[in-house]
Amino acid sequence: MSEAILSIRDLTVEIPTRHGILRPVDGISYDIGRGEVLGIVGESGAGKSMAGNAVIGLLSPPARIAKGEIHVGGTRIDHLKGDAMRRLRGKEIGMVFQDPLTSLNPLLRIGDQLTETILAHLDVSRSEAEKRAVAALDEVGIPGARERINSYPHEFSGGMRQRVVIALALCAEPSLIIADEPTTALDVSVQAQIIALLKSLCRNRGTAVMLITHDMGVIAEAADRVAVMYAGKLAELGPVRDVLTTPRHPYTDGLMGSTPLASRGKARLHQIPGAMPRLDALPSGCAFHPRCPYAQDKCSADPGPDLADGNGAACWFPLPHDAKVA
Amino acid sequence: MALVSVANLTRIFDVSKPWLNRVVERRKKAFLTAVSDVSFDIEERSVYALVGESGSGKSTIGKILVGLLPPTEGSVKIRDVDLARERDAARVDAVRADIQMIFQDPYASLNPRWRVRDIIVEPVAARGGETKGMAEKLLEQVGLSARDAGKFPHEFSGGQRQRICIARALASEPKLIVCDEPTSALDVSVQAQVLNLMSDLKDDLGLTYLFISHDLTVVQHISDKVGVLYLGRLVEEAAPDELFDDPKHPYTQMLLEAAPKLGEFGREVDPPKGEIPDPINPPPGCAYHPRCPLAEDICRKERPEMRALRGARVACHMAE
Repeated sequence: MSEAILSIRDLTVEIPTRHGILRPVDGISYDIGRGEVLGIVGESGAGKSMAGNAVIGLLSPPARIAKGEIHVGGTRIDHLKGDAMRRLRGKEIGMVFQDPLTSLNPLLRIGDQLTETILAHLDVSRSEAEKRAVAALDEVGIPGARERINSYPHEFSGGMRQRVVIALALCAEPSLIIADEPTTALDVSVQAQIIALLKSLCRNRGTAVMLITHDMGVIAEAADRVAVMYAGKLAELGPVRDVLTTPRHPYTDGLMGSTPLASRGKARLHQIPGAMPRLDALPSGCAFHPRCPYAQDKCSADPGPDLADGNGAACWFPLPHDAKVA
Repeated sequence: MALVSVANLTRIFDVSKPWLNRVVERRKKAFLTAVSDVSFDIEERSVYALVGESGSGKSTIGKILVGLLPPTEGSVKIRDVDLARERDAARVDAVRADIQMIFQDPYASLNPRWRVRDIIVEPVAARGGETKGMAEKLLEQVGLSARDAGKFPHEFSGGQRQRICIARALASEPKLIVCDEPTSALDVSVQAQVLNLMSDLKDDLGLTYLFISHDLTVVQHISDKVGVLYLGRLVEEAAPDELFDDPKHPYTQMLLEAAPKLGEFGREVDPPKGEIPDPINPPPGCAYHPRCPLAEDICRKERPEMRALRGARVACHMAE
């Protein structure tokens, strides 16, 4: 991996409440290199979106970054306030959200939204900005970009709207894109189009992509490396092929087992008993131990070990075990 | 004999603007054909899955089946009773009690002000049946605790709520349960729990499911027969193994190719071209022809009939 575009160290997000402090993100560290796609997977409540929002400075109070550092392109950004952050957001980091309709202004033509973003971040003339807006729409594969630039968001279909959002995220040429469930609201055929688009942009421009999703299939096809999150912590991190084919953390193993697969046919699905714990009632030690088939005394006392140099599994007894527990 | 028999089912919605707008703006009435000439049978104690992308009409068919919507044309017969046309109220009522529904969003389909006990027994209580101890028994059957009967829906997680929905659907001892995307709102590990529960209940109670989903892997896992819908038309119907090993309709082939696959790392897909056309002005002939790589003149002119092909039924001029 070449230089890291995004580097997160020991990032902790806290939400103070009347009943104590909740930690939706608890001490996670990872890097994303130039042109790399890092997939972040986990179930609802794992803290994957919260981590993405922390990077782009969109935590809504009272949530706050309590600890840790975020570096983008070598500059530390986690302590930046208001204006400084706003200049960075969109310029260095682009964001693609799940629902393309809510991330576009319904009252503005998409051309105006694109040129506004370009003018805000780049020192170019208005006509140049308009030219770039058309080029951006062209690049994300919207047919007839020159005419469509005067359309309103509601005149586009879901897939086309998501392309517009990606064009918006790209138009100031950021080095990092955070894509938070970019295809969850889309149909399979459109999802395939959007994934292919993200991958080709990443390859051609060397943009680093943080791809947040709950869909293991999307991760397998799009990501280079994958980080599995559970209850605010990284459970496992590594190259996508290794993590998905030979998971070392029992949680990853359970997730893979419960995904219906063509090759498994109609065999009963593996179940992980129970559900993700609530943030105000985290179990002691490793947060996964009450659901873990391999848990031992140590697991309920000690939180899992740190990921050794940002790889591997945060588990005291990583798989495969010599003696398989049934 | 088939438990459910759907014949030439068509449902058209009037999506015109209000009449004043039509007069002022000189617009014609607009009609959306959500379901167009769909026929299939569901055998007793089997799982029939309907798959398709948004706007393919799969939920509309589900609603017509349970009687929430009347068909525009064609018929749905459940144990030989046509719910929309049958005059004998007693027969309609007997069949009605045999059908239940599970919805996609377990947050929106449980009344937040009712206790779980009341929610679960409602299908029976509404008909004046005896409900003592019923909720507790059903809760245990779906893997919750009898003590949960006194709680309110907000005290449960998404997966637990879906179990409550299933318990409610089971209360009237139905034969047929229409499940409209029952696991789409759930996480994978919870989805696995709910799918396992559903297949256990099917075996124990001899249920029949109409399983509506957009997720091909889930469908392959649970169903005995799959119908693929495109723009309100049934384009292919086959047993899941047959369908996934040897898809015959170009649309099915495209869907299977586009679905993300777990084992294929960094797979480069040639992304599918185009999008689902506007159902108000569907293309003439075969609805899929503008996106189809095999399309020829006949596809643009004539709508293909369903025909049998190697153990499947397919609506395509070109499939061989």
